[in-house]
Formats: sequence, structure tokens, C-alpha cells
Amino acid sequence: MKKAKNNVRKRDMKAYWYILPWLLGFAILQLYPFVSSFIYSFANYSVGSKPEFIGLCNYEKLFTQDKEFWNSLKVTLQFALYTVPGKLILALAVAMFLNREIKGINFIRTVYYIPSLFGGSVAIAILWRLMFLDNGVINAMLSRLGLPNVQFLGDTRYALKTICALEIWQFGSSMVMFLAALKQVPKSLYEAAEIDGAGKIRKFFSITFPQISPIIFFNLLNQTIQALQNFTSASVITEGGPLKATNVLGLKLYKEGFAYFKMGYASSISWVVFTVIVSFTLIIFGTSKLWVHYADE
Amino acid sequence: MKRRMNKKTKTVLDYLIIIIIGIVMIYPIIWMFFATFKTNEEIFGSVKLLPEHFSFQYYIEGWKGTGKVTYTNFFLNTFLLVIPTTIFTVASAALVAYGFARFQFPGKKILFMLLIAMMMLPNAVVIIPRYTLYNQFKWVNTYMPFYAPALLCCNSFFPYMLIQFLRGLPKDLDESAYIDGCGTLKTFTHILLPLMKPALFSAGLFQFLWTYNDYFNSLIFINSVKKYPISLALRMSLDGESVVQWGKVMAMSTVAVIPVIVLFFACQRYFVEGIATSGLKG
Repeated sequence: MKKAKNNVRKRDMKAYWYILPWLLGFAILQLYPFVSSFIYSFANYSVGSKPEFIGLCNYEKLFTQDKEFWNSLKVTLQFALYTVPGKLILALAVAMFLNREIKGINFIRTVYYIPSLFGGSVAIAILWRLMFLDNGVINAMLSRLGLPNVQFLGDTRYALKTICALEIWQFGSSMVMFLAALKQVPKSLYEAAEIDGAGKIRKFFSITFPQISPIIFFNLLNQTIQALQNFTSASVITEGGPLKATNVLGLKLYKEGFAYFKMGYASSISWVVFTVIVSFTLIIFGTSKLWVHYADE
Repeated sequence: MKRRMNKKTKTVLDYLIIIIIGIVMIYPIIWMFFATFKTNEEIFGSVKLLPEHFSFQYYIEGWKGTGKVTYTNFFLNTFLLVIPTTIFTVASAALVAYGFARFQFPGKKILFMLLIAMMMLPNAVVIIPRYTLYNQFKWVNTYMPFYAPALLCCNSFFPYMLIQFLRGLPKDLDESAYIDGCGTLKTFTHILLPLMKPALFSAGLFQFLWTYNDYFNSLIFINSVKKYPISLALRMSLDGESVVQWGKVMAMSTVAVIPVIVLFFACQRYFVEGIATSGLKG
């Protein structure tokens, strides 16, 4: 008996071999870079040279002298605040709309999903840029409808929103998740609520939302982390312009680190990005007790 | 009678809404396809969808790329980058998932928490030290910066997804294999791996797609045109000429998008199931 137990232990110890790739990856490509980027953020550093420690100078420069920084932070936050709720609300609304007996539902779901295949795709970002040019097809459509034209990419008021529109257009993958979640809500709950005379809004807030809240939570967290790191669309569609109106932190980090090779300075930006992401994550986790409902609790 | 009429109008209205949203979703891509046959004059200031003529001239011209590097090269580069990355990711994620899902070893809890926490580690934070590291290894301007994290299971999403899947497979399967004298590795390769096929396939599809669409990492790690994947080649096509021939750019964008669409239609089931399950259990 004892021997059998020993064998089991021995077998369990073999797990380290299986997780070895991740252990190495974690140590070399995650933990080490994580710690060193923190150290670099206090140094004057570029590739090939030795880091020269300058204390808080990078952060001081970032917060007090760099005229771009606060704007970049603001633009990044705006981007996240427009796209994440925009995408999730749209995804949920469409999923609820589609959650019933409809002929051709699979086809519809497929079509709606297609744009989200191209998240971060350069080809689609270029397409967006072309469509929203001053004399592009979108403005041509507006003219046809008798509406005034808009400088989507050239006007500081609209450039960021145009990029956000691309992001929101890709709501399909969240929608598919919501649809799958809605399908799992027991019908008996709605029937019981109807007997009690609950209206549509009441049913949504008392049944639908709590039932699918874990998936909303998962999406909210994922999308927020993604949005705060946006790079491709701002880089390809507007190149940060006009007048830095779309110069998100990801873009600023890239320019400082890989165009000017100020890697210490870029590291301090990356830590600002990290701090923002952690803050949002904590807020989302912190409030989750209030609105996320787990079935097994 | 009136009620039935209402129901009918409501159904019609519903389908109308569905169709309108569908058009908004798909129109840009259809427009892109037809733009590949249009001159700049046709593209600008016009709402017309169909081109005056259908000629594949822009595809032929666009394919030539720049200098001596054609889109044949760019495509080969892309597949050389994407396919090994995808295979490595799935292989490493399967091993790691097996380790976490089927064994009770000291430190498992904390290691699993670290694995999950790494899902929230932004690429932006690690990119600079990784760059200096790869630079020391002389890996910049090779595809190693893509292969190495894939081999070492650095995107926790994949092992997490597979762990969830393995938890759904009964443990009796492994136990009976052990009793029959199978080692842990043989149990894994002979019993569990075949059952994991759909999950592995979903994981592979996502990694393929994400790597194929990636721009940020390619921009940082690949710096000679000869080694450019398609994403960088497309970006470059905007800067090359003083007057951009948009038909040509759209032709190459369309070509870049086609593999993704083909893959999607061929493997739809795995996409939808992959998304639905990865988000649901948790």
C-alpha cells in the first residue's frame, strides 16, 4: 500500500518535466524582462550601452516636461473608454436580439463574426484609412445622403473616434461568446419571472445580466487590457496624428524605444501602461463582487 | 387577425435589422475587393461599388512588391513565421496543460496562479528587455523572437484553454492506462492527445490568426525587407510611392485577407466552439 503511494508521488513529480517549457518561459521571457524593464525605467539606456542609473529622472521628465505624455495618456484612456463599452454593449445587444428561433442563424453569426477575424490586421487598417479619407467612399456616401462631409482623419475631434469605430466594428467574437452564454440561461427562470409579472427590463437586470455576468466580466477584462495597448490601428490609420490626437501610449512607447532608441525612457512609459492596466484590472476585480454572479457560490 | 399581422410585420422588421447590420459588417470587405479593380479616380468621390472594368492588372503589378522582393517572398516569409509558431505554441501548451491538469505536485497552486496572472502581463512591459535579450542572442531580424515564446509557452491563454478542456475528460482514462503499465508520456500521447484534437485545433487556429495579423512584434523584430511578413510589406506599400495607387494596395490587402477568410470558412466550427468554450468555463 505504502509502495503504491510512493509510486503515485513519483509519478506526480514527473509533472515538472511537462511544465518545464513554461517554467523556462516564465523565468526567461516573462519574469526577467518584467524586472529588468522596471530597472531600466530608472536608467539612461539604449541598446549596446550599459544602463546608467539616473533615479527618477525618466518619470520626472515624463510627468513634468514631456508635452506629449499627458495627451497620450488621455488619448489611450479615451480609446479604451469608447471602444470597450461600445463593443461590449453592441455585442450584448446584438446577441440578445439574435437569441431566439431565427432561420439562418448560423449564417448570420458567421457574417457578423467576419470583421473580428481581422483584429490588428494591417490590411484592414489600410482599408479603413482609405474609406475614411476626405474624398473617400464614406464622405461620398454622406454627400449622396445630403449630409455635410467630415474630416474623419484630419480633424482632431474625429480621428480617434474613427479608429474606435474600427475596433467596435469587430464586436463579433464577444457576440459569439454572449450568444453561447445566453443559450445556457435556463428558460424556466424567465417563465417564473413572467408568472410574477416581470417586464422586459426587469427580466434583463434580474435574470439575463446576472446569469451571463461571468462572461461579461471575462470580456471586459480582456478587452480593457487589449485596448490600453492598442498600436496597429493608430499606427497605420493616422500615424498618431493629426496633431497627436491619436498618439496612444503604445505608439509613443514604440517611437521612444525603437525609433529614438531611448529605451530607459520607453521603459518608464511601459510602466505607466502597466500601472494603468493594473489599476483597471483591480477596479474590475474589485467591483466584480457587486455585479458578477457565479452559479456555484 | 390584427395580432397575427403585427407578428408578421415584426418578423419582417427583425430581418430588416439583421440585414442592415449584416451589410455594415460585410460591406467594407466587399468594397475592398471591388476597389482592387478601380483606378484612383474611380475610388475617390464615388459611391459606386462596381468597377468600370475588371482587370487583374493591379494584382499583377502589386505582386511584384518592391525592388526584387515580391509577394511570393512575403507570403513564404509569413508562413515560415506563422506555421512553426503555431505548431510550437500548440505543442508546448498541450504539455504544460497536461502537467497542470493531471498531476498533484508541490507548488502547483502557486505556479498555476502565476500562469494565470501572466495572462495579464502586457506585451508592452516586456518588449524592451526582450528586444535587448534577443539582440544579444543575435535573434533580431530572424523569426526566433516568434518561435522562442511559442516553444516556451509564453501566452498563458493556450495552456489555460487546454487545462479547461482536460478537466472535462474523465481521469479514469489515465488511471486505467497507468494500471496497464503505460508511462505518463505514453498515457498522454496515446490516450489524451487524440481526445484533445478539437481543442488543439481551436488553439492552433487562434494562434495562427493572431500571428498572421501581428504587426507590432514584426515591426520591432524584423528589419530587412527580404524577411518582411505580409503585414510589414503592406505597411511599406503606403510609403513607397509619392502617389499611392490605391487599387494596387487594395489588391495586395485583399490577397493578404484571403487566407484568413478561407481558413475561417473551412474551420468555422472550431472557431465558434473555441471562442464559446474558452470564455465560458472559468
